[in-house]
Amino acid sequence: MTTSLTPELQAAREQIERYAIEYGLDFFETVFEMLDADQLNEVAAFGGFPTRYPHWRFGMEYNQLEKGYTYGLSKIYELVINNDPCYAYLMRSNAFVDQKLVMAHVFGHCDFFKNNLWFSKTDRKMMDHMANHGTVIRRWIDRIGLQEVEQFLDGCLSLDNLIDPHSMFIRRKLSAPRDDGSDEAQNTQNARDARNTRNEGVKFRAKSYMDSFVNPRARTARELERIRKEARAETRFPPAPVRDVLEFLLHHAPLKRWQAEILEIVRKEAYYFAPQAMTKIMNEGWASYWHSTMMTQKILDPTEVIDYADHHSGTMASSPGRLNPYKLGIELFRDIEQRWDCGKFGKEYEECDDFEVKCRWNRNLGLGRKKIFEVRRTHNDVTFLDSFMNQEFCEAQKLFNYGINRRTGQYEIIDRDWRKVKSQLLFSLTNWGQPFIHVLDGNYRNRGELYLGHSWNGVDLQLDVAAETLKNVCLIWNRPVHLETCLEGKGLILTCEDPRGEITSQEMTPSTSPEEQTAIGRG
Amino acid sequence: MSREVLSSLRKIDKDRNRFHEIVRGKIKQDLKKYVKHHEMIGRKGKNIVSIPMPQIELPHFRYGPNPKGGVGQGDGEAGTPVDAGDGAGQAGNQPGRHKIEVEVSLEELAQILGEELQLPRIQPRGENQIETYSGRYTGIRSAGPESLRHFKRTYREALRRQLASGIYDPEDPIIVPVREDRRYRSRREVKKPDFNAVIIYMMDVSGSMGKEQKEVVRTESFWIDTWLRSQYKNLEVRYIVHDAAAREVDRDTFYHLRESGGTKISSAYELCARMIETHFPPAAWNIYPFHFSDGDNWSGRDTERCAKLLNEMLLPAANIFCYGQVRSAYGSGQFKKDLDRAFADDDRIITSDIPDRDGILDSIREFLGTGR
Repeated sequence: MTTSLTPELQAAREQIERYAIEYGLDFFETVFEMLDADQLNEVAAFGGFPTRYPHWRFGMEYNQLEKGYTYGLSKIYELVINNDPCYAYLMRSNAFVDQKLVMAHVFGHCDFFKNNLWFSKTDRKMMDHMANHGTVIRRWIDRIGLQEVEQFLDGCLSLDNLIDPHSMFIRRKLSAPRDDGSDEAQNTQNARDARNTRNEGVKFRAKSYMDSFVNPRARTARELERIRKEARAETRFPPAPVRDVLEFLLHHAPLKRWQAEILEIVRKEAYYFAPQAMTKIMNEGWASYWHSTMMTQKILDPTEVIDYADHHSGTMASSPGRLNPYKLGIELFRDIEQRWDCGKFGKEYEECDDFEVKCRWNRNLGLGRKKIFEVRRTHNDVTFLDSFMNQEFCEAQKLFNYGINRRTGQYEIIDRDWRKVKSQLLFSLTNWGQPFIHVLDGNYRNRGELYLGHSWNGVDLQLDVAAETLKNVCLIWNRPVHLETCLEGKGLILTCEDPRGEITSQEMTPSTSPEEQTAIGRG
Repeated sequence: MSREVLSSLRKIDKDRNRFHEIVRGKIKQDLKKYVKHHEMIGRKGKNIVSIPMPQIELPHFRYGPNPKGGVGQGDGEAGTPVDAGDGAGQAGNQPGRHKIEVEVSLEELAQILGEELQLPRIQPRGENQIETYSGRYTGIRSAGPESLRHFKRTYREALRRQLASGIYDPEDPIIVPVREDRRYRSRREVKKPDFNAVIIYMMDVSGSMGKEQKEVVRTESFWIDTWLRSQYKNLEVRYIVHDAAAREVDRDTFYHLRESGGTKISSAYELCARMIETHFPPAAWNIYPFHFSDGDNWSGRDTERCAKLLNEMLLPAANIFCYGQVRSAYGSGQFKKDLDRAFADDDRIITSDIPDRDGILDSIREFLGTGR
């Protein structure tokens, strides 16, 4: 069956596209395809890319989607792929009004993909490159064997959250700068200065009888320590903690060619998908804002209003225990629009402490639309909520903080204090709600062992799963690996010597910290 | 693009199959757990069971349960309980841990059991085989119904005829088959031995057999059923309960009946022997009597009578006679000792001691490990 739009839908599509452009949305060319439920489930299982590499988890995903669909529990309306051209898959069985809603929604997503800063470094030819990845991995499976490739691939995938989403924006120097730019000259000068100071020691010149006054002993000791530390940092590898663990492994683990290629593929795909996880609330909120705006202002036929309202409210529904990103996003965008329309921002507004006045505040600025376009360009979920979520919004949205009641073992509402709600929400979004793991030492104990550190920030790791994950690090690193973490307030080091072996754990002592180890190892 | 979608239409099947293989491996790994708690296994239709298992996932460094909870939306004062999403303990904006249900056919489950316990395939008793005919369309003939016409062979015949008679024109290669060219698929009948089998479960329901003991029996018989069903196409199951007297019951009663009183095992053996005599002539049937008890019998005299019945009636008729002794707080366990002494060298009888649920797997291995 053909996957192109019916003439009727084609006409609707052209109309919606025109409206979208009139509203100021700016998107890549968008290709719509109509798929049956099982085809759509298949594409969705592959994360939107029908030509993905073979892996069992896609099969598992498909089974779940298929079951959900068969039992009427879940249904995918649409899938949009961040690519140029943008691909959008529609469910063939959708009613006409749903298709219009979905198309309007899709243009919102496409605009977001094209214009949001965090997507600016993503691969816009991913559709092609995913197919290439598929070919590469299939070829290695043929050559090396499924078992081995799968095991390694599983290992890489289990670490695919250990990337640094900000690193996409780091301007990397070309290898070995050889120009006579001032930068380098400056650096050399600094280095020479540093050496000079060291050569002369830490003491100021002084007559011997004045020495203990000019160079107090405490300061001298402090300086010496500082210099020793610096020297140590110079020999440390990597010099500073590395958040992009995958990159570190890619460059420094003893990988065979096929392993390096697979690891690189996993890392590239992780970076491609990362912005979507970072902007879930904004992206869905933006698309929902636009489908609702376009549908209610332009597109809807009077006969379709009830169906539209039903489906829209279904999408926006939230249950107490589950925060709906669509709902949160659209409400916050609307709130921002309203605030900037009325001029509810700036010093004067913030400093006004009359609640009544604040409520009635209206400067008729009409800046709302402009503001939300700006917001969709520069923010991600964390900064979005951090900048714009305020007390009025939290209260209007009835947000609350819940936690476990130790007595009953049940979850219950703890608090409606907006500051706590906000900080909890931000915590759950920071780093995709996942722990920060850094490479601290790539030559631990001077034995080529890998030392990872978990930056503890209030919540412990799930230890049993962390142990399994550590085995996968070991599988790739091929030498013993360690993870420093914190459990119930105590420093703890997990060690894996062999991916098939047991994980040992020991409490942290000063002698186990990589800094001291480097000192011992290198003198 | 659209071509790509279509050509990769069932690309997912390969991944699904691989996933299924992995699931199978997990079931095998955790077989002991599933055997112990066979109530976890849900029946879905006639031949499919569904097995719950923790979601198979790739491990990631992630947070454990957050003592600070999460954020939700809705009405309620502090202290109002929150429905924690999927009920798995995590809620709200924290990802949930799911259980999945995987569907496996009974046959596959039996196969997994067989592989894990290294059970030999059963060799049905040779002289008792019944022949059935089954056919496959592997042959070819020149007459038959149009629905079975073999297009390729018909074409080949026509081509051959046209070539031979010089009608064939390479410039205009039109092949027109005539009546004689037509070829049809034909059914080749194959003689296939087929075997009938019957399991006769006997259980002691006297006062000393408690709920837990019955559960052990129930669980063990589920797995025995599963295995034997995979070995025989036609499997019948009969149930006998006994205390001081024996009677035949249906499946439901067998597992749930609670009697009290004394125990006369010979009564069950007598009924079993009579059943075999009237319904299951050993010449046509593979017979598997299983007897479960806690090992307390009325008297030594009755035990002697049991041995006599076994010797004269049951053992000659049965493929194998299995006695499983479930340990209970009251049972003396004497019966197994007596049987073991009386039939020390007889490999037609197998006795097994089942201390608790953990012993089920070993007991199954003892019973079915002989391949008879």
